[in-house]
Parts: sequence; C-alpha cells; structure tokens
Amino acid sequence: MIESLIENVSTYGGNIDGLFTLITVIVGFWFILAEAVLFYFIIRYRRKKGVKAQYVTGEKKKEHNWIAYPHYLIILFDIVIIVGAVMVWYKVKQDLPPADETIRVTGRQWAWVFTHPGPDGVLDTADDIEMVDKLHVKVDTLYHFQLESKDVVHSFSVPVFRLKQDAIPGRVITGWFEATKTGEYDIQCAEICGIGHGIMAARISIETAETHQVWMDAHGGSAETRRIAASEKIDQGKAEDNNNG
Amino acid sequence: MAEAVTTAETTEGAHSHHGEPDFWSKYIFSTDHKMIAMQYMFTGMIMALIGGYMAYVFRMQLAFPGESVPGYGTVTPLAYNSLITNHGAIMIFWVAMPILIAALGNFLIPLMIGCDDMVFPRVNRLSYQIFLLSAIILIASFFVPGGGFGGAWTAYPPLSAQSQYNLTPFGAPMWLLAVALEFVAFLLGGINFITTTMNARAKGMKMYDIPIVVWMIVIASILFMASVGPLIAGAVMLLFDQVLGTTFYNPDAGGDPVLWQHLFWFFGHPEVYVVLLPAMGVVAEVITVFARKKLFAYKTILYTTFATGILSFFVWAHHQFIAGIDPRMAHIFTVTTVLISIPIAEMLFCYIATLYGGSIRLTTAMLFALSFLAEFLIGGVTGIYLGASGTDIYFHDTYFVLAHFHYTFFPIAIIGFFTAIYYWFPKMFGRMMNETWGKIHFWGTIICFNGIFLPLFVLGMGGQHRRIYNFNNFPDLATPEMQDLRIFATWSAVAMLVFQIPFLINFTVSLFKGKKAGKNPWNANTLEWVAPSPPPHGNFAEMPVVYRAPYEYSVPGREKDYWPQNMPD
Repeated sequence: MIESLIENVSTYGGNIDGLFTLITVIVGFWFILAEAVLFYFIIRYRRKKGVKAQYVTGEKKKEHNWIAYPHYLIILFDIVIIVGAVMVWYKVKQDLPPADETIRVTGRQWAWVFTHPGPDGVLDTADDIEMVDKLHVKVDTLYHFQLESKDVVHSFSVPVFRLKQDAIPGRVITGWFEATKTGEYDIQCAEICGIGHGIMAARISIETAETHQVWMDAHGGSAETRRIAASEKIDQGKAEDNNNG
Repeated sequence: MAEAVTTAETTEGAHSHHGEPDFWSKYIFSTDHKMIAMQYMFTGMIMALIGGYMAYVFRMQLAFPGESVPGYGTVTPLAYNSLITNHGAIMIFWVAMPILIAALGNFLIPLMIGCDDMVFPRVNRLSYQIFLLSAIILIASFFVPGGGFGGAWTAYPPLSAQSQYNLTPFGAPMWLLAVALEFVAFLLGGINFITTTMNARAKGMKMYDIPIVVWMIVIASILFMASVGPLIAGAVMLLFDQVLGTTFYNPDAGGDPVLWQHLFWFFGHPEVYVVLLPAMGVVAEVITVFARKKLFAYKTILYTTFATGILSFFVWAHHQFIAGIDPRMAHIFTVTTVLISIPIAEMLFCYIATLYGGSIRLTTAMLFALSFLAEFLIGGVTGIYLGASGTDIYFHDTYFVLAHFHYTFFPIAIIGFFTAIYYWFPKMFGRMMNETWGKIHFWGTIICFNGIFLPLFVLGMGGQHRRIYNFNNFPDLATPEMQDLRIFATWSAVAMLVFQIPFLINFTVSLFKGKKAGKNPWNANTLEWVAPSPPPHGNFAEMPVVYRAPYEYSVPGREKDYWPQNMPD
C-alpha cells in the first residue's frame, strides 16, 4: 500500500511495507466493525415515541460476553502484530549482516556530510571522499553506515529505503542498508535541529558499479577531494532567514 | 493534617459571610471551586484561540510557502519553528490540561460528589494563580529578543539546552520555566481533586456510586502526579544547562542528551492518558443521559481505566525506537504498547454497548460525544502502526504520526471540551445554548477536522517528515500532488477555524440571552443536577444524600426513565 505512494528500493523496505499491510488488514477489520456497530446502534436506537430504553447493566455473564469474546480475539491479533513487528525490527535494526563497504554519515547544523571510503574501501585513509549533501552508493551492495552528529540530535532518514535512525552527538550508531535499484532520491533530516532543519536535505545517488567507479575516479584518490564547506550551508540558512524576515 | 483543619475553617468562614463580595474577591481572588473552574476554562479558551491562530499561520506557510500570510506576514524558518513548538505546547499544556482536568475537575467534582467546595480552597486558588503566571510567561516569551522557543514541544537537548544551537537565548528558558510552573499548578490541583473525592463525598456515596467522569479525573490526577516528578527534575536540569552552563545533557562534557528523552517520555506518554481519561468520562456522562441507558459494565470500565493507567507507565520508549536506544529494548516496548490496545478497546466496546437498546436523542452534546467515539477510534487504530517497532522505523517523525496524534488529541481536547460545554453549560450559567447553531458548529467542525488530517495521513505515508517550513527543498516531496493535499488540509483548517465563530457567538449570546435552564434540563441522575443552575456559593441548599449508583436510567417498573442518585425511592 505504501509502494503506491513512494517507491521501495531497499532489501528490507518490502518487509516494512508487508508489516504495514498486515496491520492494516487487522486493524481495518476492527475499525470497520466497531464503526459499523456504532452507527447501526445510533440509527437503530433513535428515540421513538412510547418506546422506553432497555435496562442492561452489562454485569451479567451473558452480557459481559459481548465484550469478552471480541477482547480475546484482540489478544490473538495483538500477538500476530507483535510477532510481525519483532521480526521486521530484528531484520532492520538488530541484526547486522556483514558489510561489503562502510560509509560514515555525519549530521551537523544543517548539512549531511558523507564520508565515502574511496578506492581502497577503507574509511579514515587519505583517499576518503567527503561530500556534503550527496551520498553515492552502489546498487546491490550491503553498506554499513556509522552515524554521528557534531552538534544536536539529527535523524538520518531515507524514505525510499524505509530507513530512519537518529544521530546522537557523542555516539556512533551503526546500521545497514542495501539498495535494490538505481536512481536518485531524497535524504531527510527527520528530527528538528534548529532553524535550518527545513533545508537539511540531501540526495542519495544509487549507481551501478560502473557509474560508481566513474564518479570515484573523478573525485577520489587525490588532494582534489571535493569538500564543500558545511559552513556555506549554514550561511545559506541564516541568509534565508534574514531575507524572509 | 493541620493544613486540612485550617483550610476547612476558612471555607466555613468564607461561606458564612453572605455580604456582596466586591469584583476582585468574586472574580479574581475567589476560592470558590466554580469560579476557579471558570477562570481555568476561559484562560484555556483564550489559549486555544492563540494556538489555533498559530496553526493557521503555519498551515498557510505550508500551503503557500514564502507568501505573506494574511494577518501575520512572512513566516521565517525561526518563526515557523517557534509557531509549531508553541502550538503543540499550548494545545496540550495550556488548553487540554486546564480545560479537561482543571476546569472540569474543579467544576464537577464538588457538585457531582455532593459537597460544598474543594477541601483545600486556597491551594486551589494558588493553583490557578501559578497557572496564569505560567501562561503569561509563555506569551511574553514570544516577544523577547530572538523570539519564542523553537525546538519542538519535546525540547530535545542539545538543541534546547544551548542557545548557540537554538538561537533563542531568552525564549528557550522562558518556555521551560512556563512549562515547569504549569506542572506545579496541576500538581496542586491534583492534590485537591484526589483528596476531595476520597474524603468529602455526600453521605451514602460509595466508591461504585461515584460518577465515571469523577473517577477519570481522579485517576488522571494520580497518573499525572506519579509521572511528572522525573520530568520536573529533568526540566530543572535542562534549565540549569541553559542558564547556568551545567552539562547534564551535554555529550561534550560527559552528559547524555538521551537522558532527557527518557525523562520526557516517561511523563509524556502517561500524559496522553491524563487528558484522555477526563474526556472519556465526559463522554460516559453524556451518552448515558441521551441514550437513557445505564452505563454498560461500570466496573469493567473502571478496571480497564486502572489497567490503562498502569500500562501507560511502561510504554514510553516507543517514542524512542529509533533514538539510538539498545535495539533489543524495542521488543519490550512493542509488547507493552500493543497490549495497551486491550483495555482501551474493551473500554470503547463498553461505551458502544451502552448505546444498545437505548432511546437516543441527538442533541449537540450527544453528537459531539458520539463523534468522539467515531474519531478517537481512528486515532486508536493508527497508533498500532507506531507502537509496532517494525513500521515505526518508517513512520517515526512523519506526518503519519502527526495525523495519528491529532486524531487522539483533537477528540480529547476539542471534541471533549465541546461535549462538556454543550452538556454542562446550563449548569454553569443557568441558561441553555442554542441547539441549531450548536449543530451547525458540530458538523462544520467535524467535517473540516477530517479534511485536515486525513490528507496528512497520506502525506506521511508518502514520506513527508515533520517540522519543515518549506517542502520545496525536498525534490521527492515537492510534487504537485503532494502540494494539492497540503493546500486541501490548509483550507480545511481555515474553514474549521471559521466554524468556531458560530460557537463563540452562541456561547456569548446564550450567556446573557439563552433560555433559562431549570435545575435539571436533561433529566439526568447525577448530583450536580440537584443544585440550582447556576449553583450558588456552597452549591446545595440542603446537602444531598445518595441512595444509588449514578446511571439508573430506564429502570423497569418505574414511571420516569431516570432515577436521581439523591431520591430516596
């Protein structure tokens, strides 16, 4: 159901969308049933001249069963939902499959800094490629990301992956993703982080191995490593605020 | 105990002087529970107008980004953040709390349990004065250099703790001070509600004879008192971080920003039930009266309320699934959160079952009460997606969350308030409200409400995240289809605000020109309808004695379809 509104391009996005559909079927059933009974009662038991309301305490065993049986059913459905949620959560957040490559994602007011490992595939070496607001990844490759924040709480959100993780200053949080399709999509900051929160937008470019190599050749392995000073972005945010004010 | 004795004496003293009190002692420094209730209610209504105006401004900005908003001007990002932050804080702390807990609690508890006033009338007066002070500080914070605080009503540090991050060096501490004072006010109020209900009930009123709305307000007060302590401590630490340079939440100096999140949500989730329960209580009173039915399974409703209250202390971290907590912890909080659906569903089933076999009269109060059930169900079921950790990864901090909690808070705070006001207006002011205008107000409000928030569910499912002043910066969210939904939601919001005008006129005109209400215009059973409308100082000419439970409607073998609690046979 979510796919009709926004593409899914990660290996686990389908699990999250599936869980969404499962919950929709279950709660949809209850919701329609409850609303139907509610509206039926309202219409059926409208006041009529000469008809007195019934005296029902709800305390007799038989009456109590009207709510007891639905309530057993709810427990059953709850268990189904909990099992589904736990399985999806385990896959996305708790389990950490071995990585093909590791990147670093750093949030700061108000930009995302992405550190790509460069040609040697290892972070914190001279050939790292650091980019602001643009993340380049290969399709069908399992990435670990190390999420950090320089200042306040940010949240690394890639809607097409169905992925979201807060970045907490002082901590390094590791997560993973694997893209299934090439393309360019939004990266958001999903946690309010100050006046520039609304401009903390980045893009993820999911590329084939060949295209990725071309990009890396253009940027990596030299002193020419492309850096856009994140301060530019901050100035932009303040300028916008001043212009508008 | 000494306190109890002295205040009891002062109450006695205040009631025996029947000279005409001057304006100040009657309206401003009154210790009468009804006057304090009115003070809370009118303050809450004014704050609701301010909060509604803020919603209008930022909805206009979202629909027409960058354009000047009529009645405000251009919305800067800093102003936008402040508007959404204070809209949230005002609607919860300065509208839902004062109206549902303080105004209804103060007005209804002494009247419904049949006593002359709260047991601590001066504590009660102090409670309102502190509350008023908090509201003044909050409003003043919009006008200081840097403007009002804009770090969201959740105020996560380090953003909220350090002014180089939030850019509101005065707004942030003032906001926090206002919130902390507001908590103090409600702690004082809560002490009164609990003590009064436990100690001052009319002769003959046993525990199971207490009307559900009184129970709900008492349980809500207990939940509030038990959950707010850690947050007050947390708020003081945050205030110290802001103004004294301490580092409780500063990771650079060994502090932990996530600590605040735990303290905040340990309060924040029970807080949902603190405001939900009084609204549920109001609905119970109204549906029994207008369906002429005994409340279905009174005791079950009471027990499910206790169960909900207890469970609500074990669910807080579902707000923090993706906040960097240990991923294994999410499982525990998923289980507790999903389980809370059991008592809540059971409670709602009891309410729906109450309508079975009734003789339903669709007055404005009844329409609002029924719409509460219909709309709150949407809020309830959409909560399951967010309590289930797996789907919350995607939905966290999207408009899906926003739409979900507006489908809970709007029924609670706004529909709950209108249900109560249309029902108890005759008791409060001795006059009836106009039903035709009431129904116009009802349909306008309900239809527009759905028009605002149903599109926001769709936007949230499409990946639209919260607290963004202009979605044009996000190419995937800047599509014309999504913008159309935003514009639709905005016009619905504007229309809904316009539909409050009939209410305000109806309210004001009815105050002075409404048809005179007798003691008991709805033929209801509970004790407040024994007192004159409006009740005088001291409430009852003769203190009532209770003979039966509150919901004995349509009892077989009786000529009348109601049987007041104080009627001997």
